[in-house]
Amino acid sequence: MAGLRRVPEFLVIWVPLLIASGQIVVFTAWTTWLSFTPSTLMPTDGFVGLRNYTSVLATRNWKIAFDNLLIFGSGFVVLTMLTGLVLAVLIDQRIRGENVLRSIFLYPLAVSFVVTGTVWSWLLNPGMGIQKLVNDLGWSGFRFDWLVDRDMAIWTIVVAGIWQSSGFAMALFLAGLRSVEADLIKAAQIDGAGPWRLYTRVILPTLWPIMIAVLVILLQTAIRTFDLVRALTGGGPGIATQLPSLVVYDFMFQRGQLGRGAAAAVLLLLTLLAVLLPYAIWKRVQARRAANA
Amino acid sequence: MSALVIRDLHKRFGSVGVLKGINLDIDDGDFTVLVGPSGCGKSTLLNIIAGLETASSGEIVIDGKVVNTIAPKDRDIAMVFQTYALYPSMTVRQNITFGMECRNVPKPQREEAVARVARLLQIEPLLGRKPAQLSGGQRQRVAMGRALVRDPKLFLFDEPLSNLDAKLRVEMRMEIKQLHARIGATIVYVTHDQIEAMTMATRIAVMHQGEVQQFADPETIYNRPANVFVARFMGAPPMNTVPARIASGQVVVGDVRLPAPPAAAGWEGREVILGIRPECIAEPTRQFGEAGTPGIRIMAPVELTEPTGAETIVVLRMGGEKVLGRVAPDIRLTVGATAAFAIDARKICLFDPQTERLIA
Repeated sequence: MAGLRRVPEFLVIWVPLLIASGQIVVFTAWTTWLSFTPSTLMPTDGFVGLRNYTSVLATRNWKIAFDNLLIFGSGFVVLTMLTGLVLAVLIDQRIRGENVLRSIFLYPLAVSFVVTGTVWSWLLNPGMGIQKLVNDLGWSGFRFDWLVDRDMAIWTIVVAGIWQSSGFAMALFLAGLRSVEADLIKAAQIDGAGPWRLYTRVILPTLWPIMIAVLVILLQTAIRTFDLVRALTGGGPGIATQLPSLVVYDFMFQRGQLGRGAAAAVLLLLTLLAVLLPYAIWKRVQARRAANA
Repeated sequence: MSALVIRDLHKRFGSVGVLKGINLDIDDGDFTVLVGPSGCGKSTLLNIIAGLETASSGEIVIDGKVVNTIAPKDRDIAMVFQTYALYPSMTVRQNITFGMECRNVPKPQREEAVARVARLLQIEPLLGRKPAQLSGGQRQRVAMGRALVRDPKLFLFDEPLSNLDAKLRVEMRMEIKQLHARIGATIVYVTHDQIEAMTMATRIAVMHQGEVQQFADPETIYNRPANVFVARFMGAPPMNTVPARIASGQVVVGDVRLPAPPAAAGWEGREVILGIRPECIAEPTRQFGEAGTPGIRIMAPVELTEPTGAETIVVLRMGGEKVLGRVAPDIRLTVGATAAFAIDARKICLFDPQTERLIA
């Protein structure tokens, strides 16, 4: 190392940062511009106003995708947080083998959504997964075919998503639980609070900043989910599990309608902003309040 | 009637003994301070009394009832913590009533209790606030309010003043003492600050290495320390302890001879440790005690002076041994020169050099 010439720090930080943020800004701007052009297979000039948006919003595809996003988003976020919280509270009881359990629950996070999706697609496939296993064990009437059920298929994505992300929620909640002052718990014990009251009145209320952080991270994960659905159901059966990100892909690269795809992408971005902007504002208000206190 | 009795209490963490046979008998209305350096086991002892930790062996008796297996909430105790431990999501009012809420005390009764405590501690205007909106002193008051509202048999304080700044600490010290005098509660108070112990306690238990070194009233602890550790731990600056010898009824340190107390008779010709408080070494014109007895005059070289304003701490060589004295601030002492001092020999202590226990 001694022979190596030192690289100035600003190069290490600023160059990648500029390239990365340049990419984001340039491609966002380009996509936004595309969404106002009549581009089909290739980007073309011209201005069509909001025509791409109106036609995207009018498609059944988009409507289903957006309804699915509402179901998947709320189901995934709420249930992942609940599962994570329950796991964290259980592990917080200073149980034996805590480290092993923590690793097991965290492991799915290390697996990419594509792998999660593929594995769960095997497990949930009635012909080779859980249903077949139970049938082969002798319970031949058992049916578990959500994957091929139009109404239930979206919930298979919720289940796989929970499996993947609840360990992450657990890790953050556990860190929060562990940072609760020991004296606070002692005081509650002396006050006579049972376990339920101890958690609901004393410990969990101190956790809500972490809850909001987890909520925002999970929400934005939900909104931009693509690979999980792609690998698990491919948007099917039919278009029953279509999500907005799949619609974008569909318009752009399957149907050769770049303009409409871009419009759908911008709509997706706006949905994300609807989550992230309030969070950013809230963070700022919090920081200001902390500075004043 | 004893409010709290501790019998032969041991606490071990694995092979490490943290408490090694504690015996205490605390009377109703006593203000007992457990004092000792960090790691002496005083906080563990308090937690065991509260039921937050379990004893390895021994008995804890509160108000005539063995409570070893009784949950903290049923021990009729209240505790004030060093970090205050106020519930951050609750208002001051909710903090104070949470214990009653857990016990399903009816609402009108709760309100009445809050009003009483808030008046007593003068925190009425704060009842609607959250802990984050309070100053350190106010949080301290609320924490005490939460304890007082219980009206328990026993109050436990775990270093409650150590997070306050110096000025506020002195104020709260007086307030807690007044509060004790007013409500006559039984208090067990843990601190590492020997001044807090001396000023507030009616009884002090000095702890060291998991054992109670001495359990007595402050005056006895200060004037008749049971051993060298207590002698040097209590008092600031600490008691001087120097090697000495008993010869013909006198305590001999180098060329300094002090009259030995009668109890030292059996130690004629043997080595002892002489303990003498810094305030017993003063300027030569000083007269000691109510009778105004003049001290024993010695000449000693001055090594260092530390003026504190109210007095000057001086390091001198008494019979060749380095000791601290306290002289009036207007006395001019030259470092390096020899000066005259008066010694008050009425209150000297003698310790056995082997066991370090008080002889006389």
